[in-house]
Amino acid sequence: MGEKKFMKGNEAIAEAAVRGGCRFFAGYPITPQNEIPEYLSWRLPEVGGSYVQGESEIASVNMVYGAAAMGTRAMTSSSGPGISLKAEGISYLAAAMLPALIVNISRGGPGLGSIQPAQSDYLQATKALGHGGFHAMVFAPNSAQEAVDIVYDAWEYAERDRNPVLVLMDGCLGNIMEEVELPPMKELKDEDLPEWSLSRRNGRDYQGNITPIYTELILEGLNAAAGEMYKAWEEDDVKVEEFMTEDAEYVVVAYGIASRVAKEAIINLREQGFKVGMIRPITLFPFPKANIKNLDYSRVKGIIDIEMTIPAQMREDIELQVLGRCPVYEYGRSGGVLLDDEGVYEAIYEIVSGGEIDG
Amino acid sequence: MAEYKRSTLIADSPSGYCPGCLHSLATRLVSDVIEELGQGDNSLNVISVGCSALNILYWGGDFLSVAHGRAPAAATGIKRSNPERLVFAYQGDGDLAAIGLSEIMSAANRGENFTVIFANNQTYGMTGGQMAPTTLIGQKTTTTVYGRDPATTGYPMKMCELISTLEAPCYVARFALNSPKGVREARAGIKKAFELQLQGKGFTFVELLTNCPTNWKMTPLQTLDYMNTNTIPYFKPGVYKDTEVDK
Repeated sequence: MGEKKFMKGNEAIAEAAVRGGCRFFAGYPITPQNEIPEYLSWRLPEVGGSYVQGESEIASVNMVYGAAAMGTRAMTSSSGPGISLKAEGISYLAAAMLPALIVNISRGGPGLGSIQPAQSDYLQATKALGHGGFHAMVFAPNSAQEAVDIVYDAWEYAERDRNPVLVLMDGCLGNIMEEVELPPMKELKDEDLPEWSLSRRNGRDYQGNITPIYTELILEGLNAAAGEMYKAWEEDDVKVEEFMTEDAEYVVVAYGIASRVAKEAIINLREQGFKVGMIRPITLFPFPKANIKNLDYSRVKGIIDIEMTIPAQMREDIELQVLGRCPVYEYGRSGGVLLDDEGVYEAIYEIVSGGEIDG
Repeated sequence: MAEYKRSTLIADSPSGYCPGCLHSLATRLVSDVIEELGQGDNSLNVISVGCSALNILYWGGDFLSVAHGRAPAAATGIKRSNPERLVFAYQGDGDLAAIGLSEIMSAANRGENFTVIFANNQTYGMTGGQMAPTTLIGQKTTTTVYGRDPATTGYPMKMCELISTLEAPCYVARFALNSPKGVREARAGIKKAFELQLQGKGFTFVELLTNCPTNWKMTPLQTLDYMNTNTIPYFKPGVYKDTEVDK
């Protein structure tokens, strides 16, 4: 059994990162993720790691780039506006094939937006984390515990793929206090440092280099290899939770904090006799296409996209799997206004009671 | 007579630098000093963007190529992870004094224990000769076709002077590579900076005044004279900070 603690989501992420082998963090203050750098500023030195408060988001992600090139498990965290600033560096991480963890504790947008929680960065996370047409795996946990489990293993994916990994949560989940079971500390040895790393602590005795600059044909080949990698993620790495979908006539699609509010509503609607279920993407990229595509559309009368942002950003990914076989509805709150139980219940009720299962 | 041969840290391929460009000499000096200190395998070159990026074609030691202006940030991540390495960033003036101004000043202010070699040729060479933050007043570039006018573009930035106002840096110096005397002094300055780093003393900064025959539209020899009459009077060579001496 792991160690049980009552922790804030952001602090749980930070501790899980340390236990997952993170030994370098650089970041810049921005609400609502400040507990991550604050925690790591004292925690990393305890385990022989290094914390730097960067002069900017741009500098911070480039510090991570440097540390990652040495094979050090490195991360940065921020919220929407700061992730935009990191976009350059994240693109360079992908280009130089460097593993790293990026955490976005998202808030209202666009622009400076609000400092209150919102799920306003789905499109940025899944479609274009930076220029140049690359993807990172995007995980969207819906509890402090799930965040711990995902962050703990984030570098396993990042190092397997030599590619950055994004964990996308909103300010609610970052600041929620929940019981978490913490996994044991991973012990990483110098001799296990990857061969490509520029560190020589693994005994490498020949010249090594890492660059994001390539000649045309090599770059084209790397682009194609990345495309194959994204396809493989779809085959192997989709994480998704299905809740009461077996007989569902209406299927909610929601991730992160929205999925928790929606689940409550679905339980209440089930008690009223409405056959509602939920598909919860845990990986937003790769998106759980098959779960939506393979629903029995002779039974399913509607898909309801619930997100804490307006307009819904996941809707097009859903529609590409539904392909017009049933209507797609959306409901959300935005700008830092939270989804609440009553609002979500009533929104789903209006859709399902207006349909053929009325009564 | 000393034997003159190729440094083992310079790969056996063309440098890519234009004829008469002092970048070649600057990298040669850096590689010679690293060899002399026996740090070949332990050194790590953080290569920035601009003509300095041509280093990726022929630097024979370990290197990491990074984004424009971000070398001091990447070097921070490297050195914090692997303090035993001899880490240096090799940056040009557009890279360091314009887009990377925040990174260089902040790394210097934190006293990061690495060295920055700053090649100042007063232009953006790689992109075809636009105005740099270090372009001299009156100097013609593709974006100051009548000469740099301080009324709209301000004045050339003096990085050694700026960085030496900070508490943390332990060695800040500028040398001109247009004379044998300047080259000898530069070599000694680079060596001193690397030695201080190896002793864990903190941030070291060596500015090398260089040229750009192609974009200055001069012969190599004309650039050396231009440096004497224009560059050096404004960017005065010298040691701006040396905490070992200043104490």
